[in-house]
Amino acid sequence: MAFESLSDRFQAILKKIKGQSRLTESNMDEMLKEIRVALLEADVNFKVVKEFVNQVKEKALGQEVLTKVSPGQMLVKIVHDELEALLGADQCEVNLKARPTVIMMVGLQGTGKTTTSGKLAKLFKKKFAKKVLLVAGDVYRPAAIDQLCQVGKQVDVEVLNMGDSISPVEIAKMGVEKAKNEGFDVVIIDTAGRLSIDEALMQELKDIEDSVSPHETLLLVDAMSGQDAVNVARTFNERLKLSGIVMSKLDGDARGGSALSIKHLTGIPIKYAGVGEKLDDLEIFHPDRMADRILGMGDVVSLVEKVQEEIDEKEAKKTVNKMMNGKFDLNDMLAQLEQFNKLGPLSGLLKLIPGMPKISEEDQEKAQKQMKKTKAIIYSMTPRERQDPSIIKNSRKLRIAAGCGMTSYDVNRVLDQYEQMQKMMKQMKNRMPNGRFPGMR
Amino acid sequence: MGLFSFLKEKIVGKSTKQKDKYVAGLDKSRRNFSSKLKSLASRYHKVDEAYFDELEEILIEADVGVNLTLDIVEATKNETRIKGITEPTQINELLVDKMFVSYVQQGENIINEITFKENGPTVLLVVGVNGVGKTTTIAKLAKRYIDKGKKVLLVAGDTFRAGAQEQLKVWSERLGCEIVTGKENQDPASVAYDGMVKAKQSGVDLVICDTAGRLQNKLNLMNELSKIKRVISKEIPDAPHETFLIIDATTGQNGVLQAKAFKECTEVTGVVITKMDGTSKGGIILAIRDELGIPVRFIGLGEKMDDLEEFDLDQYLYGLCLGEEK
Repeated sequence: MAFESLSDRFQAILKKIKGQSRLTESNMDEMLKEIRVALLEADVNFKVVKEFVNQVKEKALGQEVLTKVSPGQMLVKIVHDELEALLGADQCEVNLKARPTVIMMVGLQGTGKTTTSGKLAKLFKKKFAKKVLLVAGDVYRPAAIDQLCQVGKQVDVEVLNMGDSISPVEIAKMGVEKAKNEGFDVVIIDTAGRLSIDEALMQELKDIEDSVSPHETLLLVDAMSGQDAVNVARTFNERLKLSGIVMSKLDGDARGGSALSIKHLTGIPIKYAGVGEKLDDLEIFHPDRMADRILGMGDVVSLVEKVQEEIDEKEAKKTVNKMMNGKFDLNDMLAQLEQFNKLGPLSGLLKLIPGMPKISEEDQEKAQKQMKKTKAIIYSMTPRERQDPSIIKNSRKLRIAAGCGMTSYDVNRVLDQYEQMQKMMKQMKNRMPNGRFPGMR
Repeated sequence: MGLFSFLKEKIVGKSTKQKDKYVAGLDKSRRNFSSKLKSLASRYHKVDEAYFDELEEILIEADVGVNLTLDIVEATKNETRIKGITEPTQINELLVDKMFVSYVQQGENIINEITFKENGPTVLLVVGVNGVGKTTTIAKLAKRYIDKGKKVLLVAGDTFRAGAQEQLKVWSERLGCEIVTGKENQDPASVAYDGMVKAKQSGVDLVICDTAGRLQNKLNLMNELSKIKRVISKEIPDAPHETFLIIDATTGQNGVLQAKAFKECTEVTGVVITKMDGTSKGGIILAIRDELGIPVRFIGLGEKMDDLEEFDLDQYLYGLCLGEEK
């Protein structure tokens, strides 16, 4: 089957050899062939694939055959290690020490420079409390400046808008000048998208680089890009001093193999990954975790981080303590659902949990809808009913159902759910040494 | 006479402006692809397994896709054996034959231009993932049909991306055609509705409806697209008459998944490939055709308003693989 995800493919391969007691030349060959096709379909560069497959083969046929692990485990480890090596060893962020730190965004048309500029501005502002200036340097595409201004407004960051009749080089200079005078910490210069072979426009970037000497020049790479991405990155890197890659649109189902080959063939580190349309959806790129994700081992660390960031800890503690005291009511259930919703679409979360890749889009969608329904039902109850669901009898059920446009059957379902949760809490409480979660006060 | 020589004769005889544009637009793509083929042919005196391996590499690096590449190379290999060909240069010609055949086999004769309805507006819906050049392509298409004397209405259905409305508005002013816009975050289906109502009132020939870029694995966004389509056909029966999927030429194998997903929810009638003037080879054209049978209708060969050409397979393969010696 074509176009299974890399994880699916690897999982299928590993399943195949799971029962076999040793790696033989023949079962290895089949697997390596699959790996090769999988990587090529993931748009990993042809040469990188060749190298990768050979390395895996060499290692697998070598000394490790005698170790105690099963051949399947062994191969996973080898593939994982090699993949990780391919992705680069460490994660790295933009260094914001210089004041102002000047960052230039470059790339082909439509890779997401303007959106990512906004995302970076938000990240620096939110996480590092930096004063950020966005500079609208795309004077070619109609309304590109408008776009940056709107993005700037959304993240509440000032945008330098000089209109589209001044040269981008001048605009960049003015941006840095303004930042110096007005005490900005970071300047992000958005530039117009351009083909790597467009001599005049590439020279323009070079001129900007020469005149403001940016601390960071980030190349945007679309996760969907094909085999040619490596050539594009090379050309940009020959003309400019690229300091990092930002991979955009990684929330799609493209496997982003191209950006991985760029890292391998040019040595430029991937610093950030765009994972959604909202301006929060930018993550630091973790090469090691990415290797895990490709292998279908889930990305638990990312999940934990995401949960920590979004869940209001106080709120969570309150709920947990209430649960433990057996005072868990429908208000708490509602609060829990809200917390859960903050984490974003269920699909994104599930993908991060190992062993859960098989849930279909439709099922996830259903679960999401179900949660919405549950919330609507609880909203249709009176405060007293929420505090003490036991008073909800038939006529109340009918009223609630009418209030949210559903049937009393649906209301029953929510009440059943609530009871089940309560039961679970009690069981959990009995298991805890002193009736409390460890680490909770 | 082989298909290749036939092609060569046909194209060389047809010295048109379009050919020049193709050759110029595909210049960077070709330089890579055909020079690789040529260097391959000159390095090998005899055709063997290693030769075919390298052939495979060249095709895969053009984003033709693994499956199709294996098919094409296999077919070439077989024919080489049957005909007893040992000359590497002859094999290159054979390869072009096979690429051509695999594309044409997939279907009927294709009319690239939009077919206009006899009366009432013809509706074109434009869809695609983020950043492929939907809005620019719409402007180019509008220009094309305005130049042909058609009355065109633009509908700015991208209410999501910042600046998208303004972008299309600028184009409508430059082209001097009417436009229906929406507010930020307005339901795009309601903008489409307004567009259809306006189209019927003012008697335009062609309505081009822009949509926000969306990744094809986002179910709710794809549902939104189906809704837009439903709303359109409720207002104007059998509309949208055409749905163009815009694909970036630099796209890798994900292009096939894009085509598949968009086809499922909007019945795509044609593909427009953008940014073909870069170094990408657009091999995805062949892969999409092979897997899904959707024809490419137009290709974007540059940033100027006139740089949109009807897709012509002869020209494409000729421009890509052979071109003119200079």
